[in-house]
Amino acid sequence: MLRDITLGQYYPGKSCIHGLDARIKIIATLMFIVELFIVDNFIGFLIAAIALGLVIAVSKVPVGYIIRGLKPIMVILIFTFALNMFMVDGRILWQWGFLKITAEGLEIAVFMAIRLILLLMGSSMLTLCTRPIALTDGIERLLSPFEKVGLPAHDIAMMMTIALRFIPTLLEEADKIMKAQQARGADFESGNLMQRAKSLIPILVPLFVSSFRIAQELAMAMEARCYRGGKNRTRMNEMKLRKRDYIAIVFLIAFLAIIIVESRLL
Amino acid sequence: MSIQVKNLKHIYEKGMPTESIALENISFSVEDGEFLGIIGHTGSGKSTLLQHLNGLLKPSEGTIVIGGIDITADGVSMVEIRKKIGLVFQYPEYQLFEETVAKDVAFGPKNLGLSEEEIEERVKEAIELVGLDYENIKDRSPFELSGGQKRRVAIAGVVAMRPEVLILDEPTAGLDPKAHKDVLDMVEEVHAKTGNITILVSHNMADIARLSDKVLVIDNGHLVTMGTPKEVFSHRDELSEVGLDLPPITNLTEMLRTRGMDIEETILTVDEAAKQIAQYLKSKGNN
Amino acid sequence: MNSIIKIENLIFEYTKENTDEGIRAINDVSLNIERGSFTAILGKNGSGKSTLAKNLNSLLVPTSGVIYVNGFDTADDEHIWDVRQSAGMVFQNPDNQLVSAVVEDDIAFGPENLGIDPAEIRKRVDKALEDVNMGKFRDKPPHLLSGGQKQRIAIAGVVAMKPECIIFDEPTAMLDPKGRSEIMSIIKELHDEGITVVLITHFMEEAACAERVIVMHEGKIILDGKPQEVFSHEKELRAVNLDVPLTIELATKLREEGVDVPRNIIEMEEMVEYLCQYK
Repeated sequence: MLRDITLGQYYPGKSCIHGLDARIKIIATLMFIVELFIVDNFIGFLIAAIALGLVIAVSKVPVGYIIRGLKPIMVILIFTFALNMFMVDGRILWQWGFLKITAEGLEIAVFMAIRLILLLMGSSMLTLCTRPIALTDGIERLLSPFEKVGLPAHDIAMMMTIALRFIPTLLEEADKIMKAQQARGADFESGNLMQRAKSLIPILVPLFVSSFRIAQELAMAMEARCYRGGKNRTRMNEMKLRKRDYIAIVFLIAFLAIIIVESRLL
Repeated sequence: MSIQVKNLKHIYEKGMPTESIALENISFSVEDGEFLGIIGHTGSGKSTLLQHLNGLLKPSEGTIVIGGIDITADGVSMVEIRKKIGLVFQYPEYQLFEETVAKDVAFGPKNLGLSEEEIEERVKEAIELVGLDYENIKDRSPFELSGGQKRRVAIAGVVAMRPEVLILDEPTAGLDPKAHKDVLDMVEEVHAKTGNITILVSHNMADIARLSDKVLVIDNGHLVTMGTPKEVFSHRDELSEVGLDLPPITNLTEMLRTRGMDIEETILTVDEAAKQIAQYLKSKGNN
Repeated sequence: MNSIIKIENLIFEYTKENTDEGIRAINDVSLNIERGSFTAILGKNGSGKSTLAKNLNSLLVPTSGVIYVNGFDTADDEHIWDVRQSAGMVFQNPDNQLVSAVVEDDIAFGPENLGIDPAEIRKRVDKALEDVNMGKFRDKPPHLLSGGQKQRIAIAGVVAMKPECIIFDEPTAMLDPKGRSEIMSIIKELHDEGITVVLITHFMEEAACAERVIVMHEGKIILDGKPQEVFSHEKELRAVNLDVPLTIELATKLREEGVDVPRNIIEMEEMVEYLCQYK
């Protein structure tokens, strides 16, 4: 069911990963992603995977839960894998008509797949272990230096908060609408691409109407609760770097160093 | 046309750590032309049951035979099932999507693969059956109608498929008293005119008591009891155990009975209550 | 008289979409609501009751006439936040008024907007969670809660802003009976704690809990008084498509059968008591 999607969801916990300052976690995630693109061999991925594995173990988020979050992007994963596997020229391992698998292609396909999986698992760890509010607060604080050049840091953060809150609601809504149209005999599974795209209209229109209604009602509710942008706003949970945050920074630098050394030396 | 449900069981997320039993050991039957009421808490499994009757969900175990066809069998055409069974979800107005009312109501019949003339005829019939003026409303946008009208249009969309079984999941949720009454009157009229089986899920015990031939009580995925409204609502303690109330008037007359007033058991309508109480008081020589 | 809300000759008009046609949703309403009172406003959809509620919170401003909330003119931009803090508002759809993906952060949203000190916010959030009996759910995302629970969080979010008055705009319309009775008992508790309650509803049993019932029809107040008084006008209520409480309906039918029953009985227990004295 659609509501099982865990991508972007928060998993409540009391681990020290959960307790880290959101800003540290955001920077760490960004670094992790950059590192995944620096890495050019399997040993580098192994190091990254071990680091991620350690973080997951410490966070106590069930691995099954994280993997479930990968499900919705499975299609993209398989697609890129196939694309790489079949499209890259090189030493031919297997051929059937115009389809051929090359050793180089297979290597690149595996390489990209690992990169994509690590990337998604790494970034979903950020949302799983960080309260949405803390996450958006962190982004707001990290972006606030750019406010001077006109970047609306608070508005961006508020938009993200609302998106995180309403993703499950809208998925549920989509699920309901889909079932209702199915009950009226709608068929989403057969026909060619054009017919299928057309069959989505009875879902997309009501979903759009619902989103619009939600937006209107929410805006009114927010105003009624005295929301007036970021000015003079306080926070229940203040952001302060604590000892564990400094320790985390040390780990991060060490990790970065290892990856750089590894990719240069090996 | 009749419905036989036998030993229905449904497990959500089978094999996952979050596996849960949504329905278990559900057996009942509905005869031709009957009006069935279903009551139970939110989360009792009512919605899961309805979705089985329409083929949207497949049971983990058990069978559902509708009009002699086992709809749980492999290879049964979904179109055939939906021709027979119409399901109106909660807040059905949220599924409206077409530019005009007539087009929206035509969506279901179109999916059944009917001819243009047949579709037009059914659309007209359905819109009139739900108590709207066809000529006046057919070319209007469904989005500019009032809440009660939108709901009727949405129900018409299912009625236009001429289902032999019409299932409605809380069709009056969120409506004001007038619209509430209108929608129920309409359901009653469609039932009377088409002679279909109607299945109504509602939290409103007075409505259930008034309209149903038979009432089904579901709690926690299990069938608690089933019978005529009179039988079901005479099980006051059993109902209260699963957190369900009696119809308010029944509640009042039962209070009178506990206080020693000698009136009939399980009175379901205000008219009946007034008659009985008046009769009793007169027999006592008061008033 | 100590009124928290004063409405003087309120007229509210909106223009119909795609036309210049003005529609009068509220037509010359004057009304005072006393501090600490519990008022129910009844009416069918389109009677103007929800428009009135939104006017009390500066979400809409009068076309003509004046509204004072806690002494502040709702049309005065300078005091718009004072108005909204004095008169909090709970809406019909429990889903579409929660902002945050975590319950306690959502409750903190209002106080944060008011610029309150973090330690104080924490205290208020804890208290508000306790008030609505939802402490166990503080870390949960709202989409996993039932409708009634979500609505309790929405109420807690308003309570944490410490308003003197809360306006409930059909808070139970989308809930099941269990959710409805939960919300009603919280509303009664809040009133007992001294908060002024204005409850917009179309459920008679809910209006019967109030100290004062106002019935609106086509933008005007047609009945105003104690529940007993208002509900005794059975004909007028039916004429504007409203129900009457069961006891009133029974009493009317009993009179038709020749049993003389007084017109002011609303509570079921009272009715039972009355009938049993002739037993």
